[in-house]
Amino acid sequence: MSYSKPKFRHPELPTNELGFTKRDYEGAISTLCAGCGHDSISAAILNACFEMSIQPHRVAKLSGIGCSSKSPAYFLGKSHGFNSVHGRMPSVATGANLANRDLIYIGISGDGDSASIGLGQFMHVVRRNLNMLYVVENNGCYGLTKGQDSATADLGSATKKGNANPYEPMDLVSLALQIGATFVARSFSGDKKQLEPLIKAAITHKGFALIDVVSPCVTFNNSVTSTKGYQYVREHMSHMAVDFVPMREEICTSYQAGTTQQVCMHDGSAVHLHKTGADFDIHDRHAAMEAVYQHKKAGEILTGLLYMAHDSDDLHEVLGTVSKPLNALSENELCPGSRFLDSINEGLR
Amino acid sequence: MRRIEAVNDFVIKFANVNGTGSASANHMFAKSIFRMGIPVSPRNIFPSNIQGLPTWYEVRVSQRGYLGRRGGVDIMLCVNPQSMADDIQSLDPGGYFIYDSTKPLDTRLMRKDVEFIGIPFTQICLREYEDARLRLLFKNMIYVGALAALLNIDFAVLKDLVSDQFKGKEKLITPNVHAMELGFQYAIENFSCPLGIRVERASEIGEHISYTHHILMDGNTATALGAIYGGATVAGWYPITPSTSVVEAFERYARRLRIDPGTGKNNFAIVQAEDELSAMGIVLGAAWNGARAFTATSGPGLSLMTEFLGLAYFAEVPVVLINVQRAGPSTGMPTRTQQPDILAAAYASHGDTKHVLLFPSTPRECFDMSAQAFDLADRLQTPIIMMSDLDLGMNEHMSPPLEWDDSRKFDRGKVLTAEDLDSMDARFGRYLDTDADGIPYRTYPGTHPEKGAFFTRGSSRDVYATYTEDGEAYVHNMQRLLKKFETAKRYVPAPKIKMAKQKASVGALFFGTTASPCYEAVEMLAKEGHAVDTIRIRAFPFNQDVEKFISEHEMVFVIEQNRDGQLRRLLINEGELPPNKLISILHYDGMPITARSIAMSMRDSLSDNKVTPIIRKTVRKTAKKVKS
Repeated sequence: MSYSKPKFRHPELPTNELGFTKRDYEGAISTLCAGCGHDSISAAILNACFEMSIQPHRVAKLSGIGCSSKSPAYFLGKSHGFNSVHGRMPSVATGANLANRDLIYIGISGDGDSASIGLGQFMHVVRRNLNMLYVVENNGCYGLTKGQDSATADLGSATKKGNANPYEPMDLVSLALQIGATFVARSFSGDKKQLEPLIKAAITHKGFALIDVVSPCVTFNNSVTSTKGYQYVREHMSHMAVDFVPMREEICTSYQAGTTQQVCMHDGSAVHLHKTGADFDIHDRHAAMEAVYQHKKAGEILTGLLYMAHDSDDLHEVLGTVSKPLNALSENELCPGSRFLDSINEGLR
Repeated sequence: MRRIEAVNDFVIKFANVNGTGSASANHMFAKSIFRMGIPVSPRNIFPSNIQGLPTWYEVRVSQRGYLGRRGGVDIMLCVNPQSMADDIQSLDPGGYFIYDSTKPLDTRLMRKDVEFIGIPFTQICLREYEDARLRLLFKNMIYVGALAALLNIDFAVLKDLVSDQFKGKEKLITPNVHAMELGFQYAIENFSCPLGIRVERASEIGEHISYTHHILMDGNTATALGAIYGGATVAGWYPITPSTSVVEAFERYARRLRIDPGTGKNNFAIVQAEDELSAMGIVLGAAWNGARAFTATSGPGLSLMTEFLGLAYFAEVPVVLINVQRAGPSTGMPTRTQQPDILAAAYASHGDTKHVLLFPSTPRECFDMSAQAFDLADRLQTPIIMMSDLDLGMNEHMSPPLEWDDSRKFDRGKVLTAEDLDSMDARFGRYLDTDADGIPYRTYPGTHPEKGAFFTRGSSRDVYATYTEDGEAYVHNMQRLLKKFETAKRYVPAPKIKMAKQKASVGALFFGTTASPCYEAVEMLAKEGHAVDTIRIRAFPFNQDVEKFISEHEMVFVIEQNRDGQLRRLLINEGELPPNKLISILHYDGMPITARSIAMSMRDSLSDNKVTPIIRKTVRKTAKKVKS
């Protein structure tokens, strides 16, 4: 691997609506292992933000602890980032979002972070419908501590160490569906054609958007005995093609009529779903749960956009906060002044 | 038998069953005395239970303004047979035992040195009311009425209080006043009223000090109001006694004072989190993103928050934590008071951490320090922990009125705006010690398209927030954090020192709710010829006045409400002070410390004769100015 980034820029690099090139969306050089799925996810986020012409500084990146949680340093270097505490990113993201509702919040977590130590926080941030993109970089193992099984490791799946996992797996997608998540998707780090539009749709979604991304750990959990390795996932993935059409673009699809479901988003954007194996209404939570379950039963991993609520209130709407970011309120708006204290004092005599 | 006789100087205790509505009646009793211009300090002594267990309510009445617990009980009003035997025993000789005489008192419980006053509360209720719930509730009002007669409380004041309490529910006023009249009448007809113990309006006994401009307020409400005035917009919290009412009061005030006039929307956000870890995470995220944010908790919650507190210390995020202390641990004595979290808070978390602590001792100080905590946090970019306790937080205390200086401005500390970043020649470094005070400059997320963004981590980074595990960079950062802690001494509230009238070689050092009874104890000793100087600690880190005070005295009592002398240990740890000079006086039974016990401990140390019994005169001097 290289240790420093070349400063050279191709003069004809394509630019987006803001005049930025992809270089403007890069972060530090990744220190993850060569071939790590997480780097592909970082690249997909970078591409999605570039193509959506998002101003990098209007994004806040938050993460917990682990390999996945290191990765926000490797994309969007002009954004603030917060590598917080193991499993506790959801609460930090909640506070950050409450302080300034105008930024875009991207949370990066892993399976250890979200399904074990942070399962409680994960469940509750789903319940709060916090407006954020929440990516779980799911590799079924603890990479940074060298390959222990995580709570999402499938029963019988074995890492490089060779011991079959004896415990039932936790499925964050099923859990999120069950407790009322308003946008639930699953994808694969090796499928950027699907992952990038999902990221765009998730960023556009108003409310909590979960993308559980199977992201193989090349060093510890990519053996043939693992159900989270590249080979196994490619062979067992039930793939749903996803297109994201931003609000101002004309809708045109290349899929055959009758196989595509168009899903409108709150700002006028649209998601096109091209279905192969699964045929269910994307607004039907129970159908999504059933489809996930049936695929799992058949030994398949169902990927794509699985559920999206028609409309839902995010946390700010539930709490009834002002449209101005709370961190921008002035002293005059916050401090009632001495006059009011007189009446308080009077009431306490 | 010599009965205790006293005017405006006594302790009355109510023994009730919890869940019977007694606390509000008892509160009304205390407030009526307060409204007569006499200092009171009521204390609710309650179990961790909703209904059926014994609960007490102790009211100290002190014309001289002593608001701490005195120790001992002069009048016991007992309507709880469960605790009756102990309640009788707890009375001082010459005291009065007022009880429900519907059933005859077990003669074996009688004491010869106590006056027994039986009033058939239950019988009166059975006669007057059909409904069982009313019988229960009005019994409380009946005894308040009886006390008005027995203690010479102005009945008109009580009637006003009933009207205040039932504003908006006017039809409840007449029956409540009637219940009080029933008790009042019974007492007048059956006893020689008032008793030897009584209250008189201050003006009528020649007292010049009037407390009518004072307020009666609990510390948690004052703390919440401080957070409103200090500009807090985000609160993450998890319910835990005795801190719950901080956030509840914050919400109450926010709904009145923080509604955007144009839209009717909220200029605040409160999230009841899934646990205390999350509560602190919310505060950390909001503070990182430039909002003023706080949480309130108690010991077990503090334990759960310590990981985040460490991150906030190293990542230099300005969080505010209100710790309303109680006796530990989780299944400990959640409704009993102590000061047991000093060390846990001062050194909360892993790695080399230390935190700024504030020690309020009155509701007024809760208000002031809570508001100040947000300025300190922003200025110092570090957690600020305000150490209140159950006694201060949940009980009402007489306090000077709250004040706010309208010319005061929030100190948001070293925050760079987009304009600042544009006008800077040098590269922005989040952890650069530009001003040589250990405090770096920060930017809020979203400030500038090109400059000022940084990646927040614990400590594996250099001064530009770039990832490194270089040892030198780590040490450099740790030294700067230490320097910042030194800088904090300039900003935190200074201790309050009171020198004795004569030169004293002995000092007393204390903080928080220990202060009030300490001042009283020191005055008791002064009358006995022992001069003691005092210093009330208001913050950690300690400034140089603290060390100077200790070095100028031969012996310093360190008085606190925990087992291990935690503040003393912190002093020794941080100040390199001679331990043998610091004499611990400790109290940790879950009840607020008393002036008598402090005086006794000091007396023991100061006199040659180590065993000096406390002899209480049954008739005190203040009783002389009784109107005929």
